[in-house]
Amino acid sequence: MEKSTKDHAALAEAFNQDEEHVNWHDGALWWIRQKRDIAAKNIPEWEQLRETASRIKSNVLSNLHDYLLEFEANLTKNGVTVHWAADAEEHNRIVYSILKAKEITQMIKSKSMLTEECHLNEYLIERGIDVINSDLGEYIQQLDNEPPSHIVLPCIHKRKEEIGEIFHEHLGTEKGVSDPTTLTRFARWHLRDAFISRRAALTGVNFAVAETGEYVVCTNEGNADMGAHLSDIQIASMGIEKIIPKKEHLGVFLRLLARSATGQPITIYSSHFKKPRPGQEMHLVLVDLGRSRQLGRPDFRDSLKCIKCGACMNTCPVYRKSGGLSYHNTISGPIGAILAPNLDMKRHADLPFASTLCGSCSNVCPVKINIHDQLYQWRQVIVQEGYAANTKVLGMKAMAWTLSSPGSYSTIGRAGRWVLNNIPFAVNNKFNPWYKQREMPDGPKESFGEWYAKNQGDNGSEKV
Amino acid sequence: MSTRESILAAVLKNQPPASPLPDLSFLKGNRPDVVATYQAVFTSIGGSVFVVDDLAAVNARLRENFDPTKRLVTTLPDLGEPFEVLSKTADPRTFNDVELAVIEAQLAVAENGAVWLPEQRMGQRIIPYICQHLAVVVLSETIVPTLHEAYAQIGVGDYGFGAFIGGPSKTADIEQALVMGAHGPITMSVFILTTN
Repeated sequence: MEKSTKDHAALAEAFNQDEEHVNWHDGALWWIRQKRDIAAKNIPEWEQLRETASRIKSNVLSNLHDYLLEFEANLTKNGVTVHWAADAEEHNRIVYSILKAKEITQMIKSKSMLTEECHLNEYLIERGIDVINSDLGEYIQQLDNEPPSHIVLPCIHKRKEEIGEIFHEHLGTEKGVSDPTTLTRFARWHLRDAFISRRAALTGVNFAVAETGEYVVCTNEGNADMGAHLSDIQIASMGIEKIIPKKEHLGVFLRLLARSATGQPITIYSSHFKKPRPGQEMHLVLVDLGRSRQLGRPDFRDSLKCIKCGACMNTCPVYRKSGGLSYHNTISGPIGAILAPNLDMKRHADLPFASTLCGSCSNVCPVKINIHDQLYQWRQVIVQEGYAANTKVLGMKAMAWTLSSPGSYSTIGRAGRWVLNNIPFAVNNKFNPWYKQREMPDGPKESFGEWYAKNQGDNGSEKV
Repeated sequence: MSTRESILAAVLKNQPPASPLPDLSFLKGNRPDVVATYQAVFTSIGGSVFVVDDLAAVNARLRENFDPTKRLVTTLPDLGEPFEVLSKTADPRTFNDVELAVIEAQLAVAENGAVWLPEQRMGQRIIPYICQHLAVVVLSETIVPTLHEAYAQIGVGDYGFGAFIGGPSKTADIEQALVMGAHGPITMSVFILTTN
């Protein structure tokens, strides 16, 4: 659904039209960040856990080839059919062929960012296969024909009244009903029928254990399990970076995941799928989709450590005030901004600039990805490759010229102060991007250079 | 070259030099009061905990709260009437009308309130998800401090499916308002069975 040609700044501007809504969005996400802090502080060894998780993931990246082979061998031994897909098209074709072979025309799908990246739903619907997203947030987004705006909280940008309206329009609930419990109950009964009647279920994968060939799926709703255990055909789609070496490592990652995501001690359901139940078929699709290329970028490969908790989004001042959809990429926020340029640098050239580089994302990341460093590094790459927006390139050239010439720096500074103090209307207008959502300050009477010249002697001693 | 071979070749070419696995031995819980911790954590999640002496007490408590004319199933034959011992071979879809399921966990984790259920303990994989209400019996001596001890006990595990379950099914997708019973059980009760 990533059809927009607008960049992050333009989409964020649209999101910022409703100030009350932006403030609410900002507060809702910050509340989740605070819950994460409380949960983390309850674990005395939290920082060591993060370090351990990061080092396990370093090991995974350094030995991914062998772990993939070990995982594949164990899956096969467990009776699971393994498929490999290089890109979205191949992934979608594989899923379609599995369903087609069984003449299945309806599937139920739990949350999977990978299948969002692949636009699987659109692909299947075009070929006559109906797909229902069973996670409540994703279900709401699907009804509203919008992609998820957050990887953990897909419709966090919507108010309950909007959701009530969507339910009224698509499901026939009474107009004006917006109580969360009432709406959730309605979706529960509506989706029960789908769970019972649909023969195929697809889930994502949170962790795939090379040692045992099992994979773990985490949800709070139980929707992945309702789909999987009632299905004849169970399909799991995973990026190749989701491997962990040993089962004991699950202890580390499951302690970190939910606490980082929502401040819960663990997700309600952590399901370990190993073998099909009698009469059932299980398939697993291993998808590359740019991962192996990112693995070859030394500055950016650590982005593949991500366990998709969303903590970097909840804490990011830019995300909270611009909304996930403004990133025009399946994975939004800081982590999305370092993953997306690998997939399509031109299309996502704006994303590494959608950050203040404050570093809060790196501080909360449970696997210690240096997200803000990578955002900065992507900016260098994007400008060098010629993908930066023209205004940015011109601005940076002007800045470089000014800063490299003391004379012009001082002249332009004086001019700027004069404008601010004498003709403020020249900058307090809509043609100045810095004026948006901001008041321009009063200009100081003199620059630091002028003050210094006046107050310091030539030998550096203070004038009295 | 097949897709499999080309992905593996690209990974092999691009993966960084070997980085060793870290030591995990420092990760262990040191909480003597695991039963009290478990009770506090599980209650805070939105579950109910009862400490009981035997299955008769479990039966009595559940009879007080559930309508015996509805479908109440269990994997525990000793739980007695009015519970139906569930069939391990029935079509999973036939359990859609289950009001209450009572099963026994292999162990429970104090730090997060979760119980560990390999499929043999579920009777059928769908049972703890499809029921309207879930009750789980836990022997008090099987409660461990953290997930690290839990995985040490579980080991590789002889199961085709297993799960940690830590509370009633929930969602906060609509304006972050917590709602119990998204798709799975609306309530979850844990009965800690003391054997002394």
